[in-house]
Amino acid sequence: MARSITTKRKTINTAFAWAVGLLIFFPILWTILTSFKTEADAIAFPPKFLFFDWTLENYAVVQERSDYMRFLWNSIIIAGGSTLLGIIIAIPAAWSMAFVPSRRTKDILMWMLSTKMLPAVGVLYPMYLIFIKLGWLDTRIGLVIVLMLINLPIIIWMLYTYFKEIPGEILEAARMDGASLKSEILYVLTPMAVPGIASTILLNVILAWNEAFWTLNLTAANAAPLTAFIASYSSPEGLFYAKLSAASTMAIAPILIMGWFSQKQLVRGLTFGAVK
Amino acid sequence: MGQIELQKVTKRFGETEVIPPLDLKIGEGEFVVFVGPSGCGKSTLLRLIAGLEDISSGKILIDGQDATNLGPAKRGLAMVFQSYALYPHMSVRKNIAFPLKMAGMDQAAIDAKVEGAAKVLNLASYLDRRPGQLSGGQRQRVAIGRAIVREPAAFLFDEPLSNLDAALRVNMRLEITELHQNLKTTMVYVTHDQVEAMTMADKIVVLQAGRIEQVGTPLELYRAPRNTFVAGFIGSPKMNLLTGAPAQAKGATTIGIRPEHLDVSKESGDWQGKVLVAEHLGSDTFLHVATDYGQMTVRVSGEMSVGHGDSIWMTPDQTHLHRFGADGLRIA
Amino acid sequence: MATKASRTAARIMMAPAVILLLGWMLVPLIMTLWFSFRNYLPLRGGDLGFAGFDNYVRFVTSSAFWPAVMATMIIVVGTLVITVVLGVLLALLLDQPMWGQGIVRILVIAPFFVMPTVSGLVWKNMFLDSVNGLFAHIARFIGATPVEWMIEAPFFSIILIVSWQWLPFATLILLTAIQSLDSEQLEAAEIDGAPKIKRFWYIIVPHLGRAITVVILIQTIFLLSIFAEIYVTTAGAFGSKTLTYLIFQRVLESQNVGLGSAGGVYAIILANIVAIFLMRIVGKNLDS
Repeated sequence: MARSITTKRKTINTAFAWAVGLLIFFPILWTILTSFKTEADAIAFPPKFLFFDWTLENYAVVQERSDYMRFLWNSIIIAGGSTLLGIIIAIPAAWSMAFVPSRRTKDILMWMLSTKMLPAVGVLYPMYLIFIKLGWLDTRIGLVIVLMLINLPIIIWMLYTYFKEIPGEILEAARMDGASLKSEILYVLTPMAVPGIASTILLNVILAWNEAFWTLNLTAANAAPLTAFIASYSSPEGLFYAKLSAASTMAIAPILIMGWFSQKQLVRGLTFGAVK
Repeated sequence: MGQIELQKVTKRFGETEVIPPLDLKIGEGEFVVFVGPSGCGKSTLLRLIAGLEDISSGKILIDGQDATNLGPAKRGLAMVFQSYALYPHMSVRKNIAFPLKMAGMDQAAIDAKVEGAAKVLNLASYLDRRPGQLSGGQRQRVAIGRAIVREPAAFLFDEPLSNLDAALRVNMRLEITELHQNLKTTMVYVTHDQVEAMTMADKIVVLQAGRIEQVGTPLELYRAPRNTFVAGFIGSPKMNLLTGAPAQAKGATTIGIRPEHLDVSKESGDWQGKVLVAEHLGSDTFLHVATDYGQMTVRVSGEMSVGHGDSIWMTPDQTHLHRFGADGLRIA
Repeated sequence: MATKASRTAARIMMAPAVILLLGWMLVPLIMTLWFSFRNYLPLRGGDLGFAGFDNYVRFVTSSAFWPAVMATMIIVVGTLVITVVLGVLLALLLDQPMWGQGIVRILVIAPFFVMPTVSGLVWKNMFLDSVNGLFAHIARFIGATPVEWMIEAPFFSIILIVSWQWLPFATLILLTAIQSLDSEQLEAAEIDGAPKIKRFWYIIVPHLGRAITVVILIQTIFLLSIFAEIYVTTAGAFGSKTLTYLIFQRVLESQNVGLGSAGGVYAIILANIVAIFLMRIVGKNLDS
C-alpha cells in the first residue's frame, strides 16, 4: 500500500503488535528466565521477573542428571539424517512430477500426502515388531528411516511446488547443450532451486526435531533424542521449575537459534510452499 | 555437415494429430524458416527435430544418420529458445561454457572458445555478469553464444526475437543473418512473423495445421503462391482475395492481387470503391477501400492526396494477377 | 510434453519414493488388520487365535470409545477455530506498517520451534499449576481462587497449549496471503465507498479462502495425531483421552494388541474420511 500513514497510526500499530508479539513469546521468555533462577525464586510469589539471583546451577544439575550432549547428538543425527535422506530421494521424484507430468501426477501427489494422514498409533505395534525383527529398536538408523518416511510426502510436495516455478525451457536448454539427466539435475535444476531446497530442509529439520510420537515410543536409552530427554521431566521433577526450565531451554535452544538465523528461508518454508 | 531430412514424420498428442505425415529436406548451410499462424505446429516440428519431443512415426535423418531415437544431447544440434533459457545462477561466461563443459572439453580450450564467441557477439565486457543483469538483446546474444561454441551441425531458433522490442528486433534480425553468412551453418528458424521469414530465409516452409502448404524461396512464395492460404499469408499488407463476378470473369473461383499491383485513378478503372481509411506512412499510403466485392487494400504513392469518403477506381496489373480454383489451388 | 526417454526416466526416478511410501503404508497396515482379527495378548499367552470381529465390537462398545472420539473432535475443531480466527486477526495486524516488524514476526513464530513435549510440560507446570503456576499467581493477585486447570478444564488447557503451538503457522500462511492481495483492489473498493468492515468481509476474507484451506488441511493432519501434548500433561486422564491416546493405552498399557489394532483400524478409517474430504477441497484449490 503505497500510502503514507500518520506517525500516530504507526505508533499505535507498533505498540499493539509488540504487545501481542511479547504475549505470544512470553512462555518461552519466562522459561528461559526461570532457568536462571534458584528453585525458591522460581516459585516465588509475587513472581520475580528480572531481579533475582542469576545462577547457572540448574544447567549443571540437568547435565549431571542426564547426559544432555548424548540426547543433543541423537537429535542432530536423527533430524539431519532423516531430512537429508528424504531430500535425496525426493529431488528425483519431484523432478519427475514437475517436469514430466502425466495425468496421474496429481493423484500420486495426493496419495503421498494422504499417507501422512495414516494415524501413527494405528500401526504402532506392527512397527514395534518390524523394528525388533530388523534390530532397529532404540537405534538412530531406525528413527532416521521412520522420520524420513513420515516427512517424505511433505518434502516431495514442497520441492514439487518450488520446481514448478522453474521454466521447463531452461532444462530443455541443458538437454540441448548435451547435459545428461544427472548433469541436468545436478548443475542446472538443483542450483536454481537452492532457496526452495533450503526452506524445505529447514522446515523438515524442525518437524523431525520436534517429532514426539515415534521418538518417544521407539527409543529407550541409546537413540533417545531431546524429545525423550524432556519427557522424562513429566513428573515429579516437573515440580522443580528451574530445572525443568533449564532442560527445556537446552532442548529448544538449537532449533530456536537455527530458526532465527535462517528466518527468511524458514518463513518461506513454513508455508509448506502452498501459498505464494 | 548439417543436412536434416524428415521422412513421413507424424506427431500425435493423445488422439489429436498435430503433424500429419510430413516430408522435408533441409540442405547443408541453408537458412530455413518455418512460418505459419500460431498453433500451426511449427514449434512442435522444431522440437521434433531437436529431439525434445518424440515423433509418433516416421524417420529423422541428420547428415544421413538415423537420429529418430537419439536424445537431444546426442543430435549435435544447438537451440536458441524464445525465453533465451539462460541459466540464471551462472555468469555469462559459465552459460556459454556449459555445453563445452558437458562435452568434457578441457578448461583452456573452453576459455579460448568462450572468449572467441564473446568477441564475435560483443559480449566481452559482460562475461562475468549474471543473465539477470543484462538487457533483452544481450541475453539473446548470450543464448546465441551458447549455441555457436558447440559448433553444431545446425542451429534451431524458436521465435528468438518475439520478446524484443521492435527496434531491437530489426537489429537482431540483421545480426543473425550476418552470423549465418559468416558461419554458413544450417539454420532452422521458427517465426509467426512473415516479415522475418521473407527477410532472413533462403527457403521458407509455410505451415498450417501441421501441413506444409508450400516450400520455396521468399520470392517464389511472393510471386507464385501455391494456394490461397500462402497467398494471404505471405506479403504485407496482405494480398486482396476476391470471389464472385471479378473472379469468374477471369475463369477462376478466387483471384488475388497484391495492394502494390493495383493502379488507382480518380476517374476510371475496373473496380470502383470508396476509401474508408487512408494510412499515410510518408513514402507510401495504404488505402482501405470498400468495394462491391468486399474490402480491399491498395498501396499508392505518398504523393497522392486521397482521404476518407473519396471515390476511386482500381485496375489490377494483369501480369501480377493470381488465379485460384475451387480447391484453393493456383491455376497456372 | 516430453519424450518417451524422459517419461521412462521420470518413472524410474519416482520409483524409490513411491515404493518406500507404498511399503510404509501397506506393510504395517496389513499387519494391523491381521492383529485386529486375532486375540493377541503379548504378556498373557501371546496369540490366542482368531477372534473374528470381537475386537471391533469390544472397542466400539467400550465406554471409553465415544468420549475419545468426542475428545478428538473437540481438540481438533477447537484448535482449528482458534488458530484460524486469531491467525487472521494477527496477520492483519502484522500487515500494518510499524517499527520493528521483523522482530515482532520472530516473536510470533517462535512457538513453532518449541517441541511438543517442552510446551506441554512448561504450560502444565509453570502456567496452569494450581499452586505455583503463573495463572494461579494471577488469580490470587486479583483475589480469585486458583483453578486446577488440568483437572477442571482439561480441554481448555490442551486446546490452549496446542493452539499456542500452531498459531504461528496459521498466522504466517495468512500473512503471506494477505501480502499477495493486490492493494488496488482494496483502493478501488474504498473509492466505491465500501466501509472498512465490508472491505474486510468482501475482499480480504474471500482472498484468504485458499490460504485458510491450506491451514485447515495441514493442521488437521498434525492435530489428529497429537500425542506428546497429552502424554506429558494429563496422560489421558480427566476425560481428555483422544482416540490416538486410547489406542496407545490399549496397545502399550493394557498390552491388548488385538483390541488396540481394531482401534487403529477405526482411527485409520476416520482419518481417511477426513482425508478424502480435505483432499477434495485441496485438489480443487490446486487446479486454480
